[in-house]
Amino acid sequence: MYINKREGVFSGLKILSYSWAVVGPLTMKFFADHGATVIRIETRQRPCTMRSSAPYKDNKPNYNRGGYFTYYNANILSFALDMNHPRASDVARRLVAWCDVFMENYTPGNMEKWGLSYEELKKIKPDIIMLRQSGYGSWGPYKNLPAFGMVLVPIAGLPNFIGWPGKEPLPVGVSAYTDCISPRFASAALIAALDYRNKTGKGQMLDLSEFEAAIYYIMPAILDYVSNKREPERIGNASPYAAPHGVYPCKGDDRWCTIAVSSDEEWMNLCREIGRPELVEDPRFNTLANRKKNEDELNRLLGDWTVNYTAEDVMARLQAAGVPSGVVENTADAYNDPQLRKRNIYWPMNHSEMGNFTHLGQSFELSKTPARAYSPSPLLGEHTEQICTEMLGMSDEEFVSLMQEGVFE
Amino acid sequence: NIESAKGRDIFKKLVKTADFVIESFPPGYLDESGIGYTDLSSINKGIILASITPFGQEGPYRDYKDSDIVVMGMSGTLYQTGEFDGPPVHISMPQACLHAGADAAVGCMVAYYHREATGEGQHVDVSMQQSAAWFQANAMPIWELNKGILHRSGAFRAGMSKDVGQRQVWPCKDGYLFFNVIGGRTGAKSLSALVAWMDSEGLATDYQRNMDWDNFDMFTVTREEMQQVLQPVGEFFLRHTSQELLKGAVSKGVSLGPLSSMRDLLNDECLKERHFWKEIEHPELGASLTYPREFFRSSEIDCSIRFRAPLIGEHNDEVFSKIGISGKELESLKQTGVI
Repeated sequence: MYINKREGVFSGLKILSYSWAVVGPLTMKFFADHGATVIRIETRQRPCTMRSSAPYKDNKPNYNRGGYFTYYNANILSFALDMNHPRASDVARRLVAWCDVFMENYTPGNMEKWGLSYEELKKIKPDIIMLRQSGYGSWGPYKNLPAFGMVLVPIAGLPNFIGWPGKEPLPVGVSAYTDCISPRFASAALIAALDYRNKTGKGQMLDLSEFEAAIYYIMPAILDYVSNKREPERIGNASPYAAPHGVYPCKGDDRWCTIAVSSDEEWMNLCREIGRPELVEDPRFNTLANRKKNEDELNRLLGDWTVNYTAEDVMARLQAAGVPSGVVENTADAYNDPQLRKRNIYWPMNHSEMGNFTHLGQSFELSKTPARAYSPSPLLGEHTEQICTEMLGMSDEEFVSLMQEGVFE
Repeated sequence: NIESAKGRDIFKKLVKTADFVIESFPPGYLDESGIGYTDLSSINKGIILASITPFGQEGPYRDYKDSDIVVMGMSGTLYQTGEFDGPPVHISMPQACLHAGADAAVGCMVAYYHREATGEGQHVDVSMQQSAAWFQANAMPIWELNKGILHRSGAFRAGMSKDVGQRQVWPCKDGYLFFNVIGGRTGAKSLSALVAWMDSEGLATDYQRNMDWDNFDMFTVTREEMQQVLQPVGEFFLRHTSQELLKGAVSKGVSLGPLSSMRDLLNDECLKERHFWKEIEHPELGASLTYPREFFRSSEIDCSIRFRAPLIGEHNDEVFSKIGISGKELESLKQTGVI
């Protein structure tokens, strides 16, 4: 059916995926959205944690009605296979023989248990590329430490940068924040590996640690420690390089705007726009150093102005005056944001259980080969039969026999 | 200096043999200077131009001025971060540029894969706002299905259960620790292991010991039940240092995360064993500094970092000699401010 109809940069590329939670799906996305055929192995015996996470359509818990799962799994084909069934291994091996890329982000040890280690995969398909992602790497002393985004965020040190001086560190409000880092790194590496295979005929194994990937997101602080033995301090919404710099209250309930002034020119523009030109030369605020010194007072003064306007008004006025400023967008704002809407980030699609539902689109745009919404997130096992008969060439008799034995659960 | 005509000519010569051009000028600047994508692709059909800007090349906000806090604010992340009863709090280590940089790398590679197959390059358009907004966990589905907006919850975590938020930042003997109850089979394994660990120190309660973790339902759990589970856990944490807790978590398989300091990371046992850190020489500083070696391990290729960031113009001679500029010409271009 439509499996063979996909266009795009990765049209014809075959990926077999044992994905879990967020990291697997975000990695598959970069390929599926550009035309790759991505088969995700799932089982009803233990559906992905995202399938059993709220929110559910009409608040009815069901693994085909989970919004969290559906949002992240556009363009994926689902194949139900109970890996603990004795006859599953043979089916898995046939899928391995079919694919170019085998990707997985299960807890290290699972693939070995199922006979799907890199060594075994290579025996089936010598030029296979295996991409492994896990919390701390598929080898090393933490390989058995359970990893979740909300635990990786602190282990990678991010909360050192969130919170007020002298108060407790805070989590990133978007839970499992680090889950969006490793997939980007993994995808860039995987494309390089594909190119290498196309040119040399050689496959390889790629091993990524989400912990390591997340450390790249705080590297300046590591260098600061290495160079100056300085540990980061929590500084609220301040910046060493800008003042005013922060979040200011606006008209309405829980409405806020940001303002960030890093040059004297921006400071002058800000003072004029808020009708306080005399502040430009005010000795408390006339230089960045003085603004930093009197920052609390400056923030109060600005907040007294912003609170009279909507966040949208503040943004429009200050941006028109050449001052960096924005609405602090809540989810509804981001969902309706005209700039994000203009880009390829939200894909409404008709899903048989969810109805018309927004799936996540792409994070960047390509001028000649755009990412595309080919198909909505799959029901669990939706494509099992089609894949068996059309892609693996399985006879109807064999398919029925395996099904009756419960292999495709 | 691409502001000079001669500088632009030299830039175009470099583009002839380049694979990628990466830029982050304000949208429209390169086009106005005659070196936008259309101009560059007429010189080199295969060129891949990656533009990384705050809001992207087109759209109503494309000319807006940015700063990390502004972009993070417009991506949904900032609003959700902070204390329950306080203003949104920014991640003071800039993040939007990192998301965008990583996306540009992926975009360039997708474009490169296409170019290797067809010979055709293209324009990769990356918006920091879009890159930062791309991952919002389950916020969008919650909005679309329930018209719910995830608010700041400070040290607590919302959205996992129907009615209950739970603490996730805990003080321990010498710092902080992140821990929250998770459901499913993985959660059951981790929680049973934690209770057994507490029990071995005489700190588990009957309630915890008798709990059927396999059937613990995160979706319908009540406030009281959560309290009974968590209070003794908090007391247990206070008796241990973060490194003791990390060691125990590793050996017993408990899902918890001590807040690492920079020093902790540089001394981390797992990173050491995986040779994550690499010393890179900075000759002009007379020092070596520690960097991450590589962001993935390949069974086939060594992709380790090779040398420190360049000094401005450090490789001018080498680069310009490749397009036939050297000696006196190079000197004169330097003197006229073109190079």
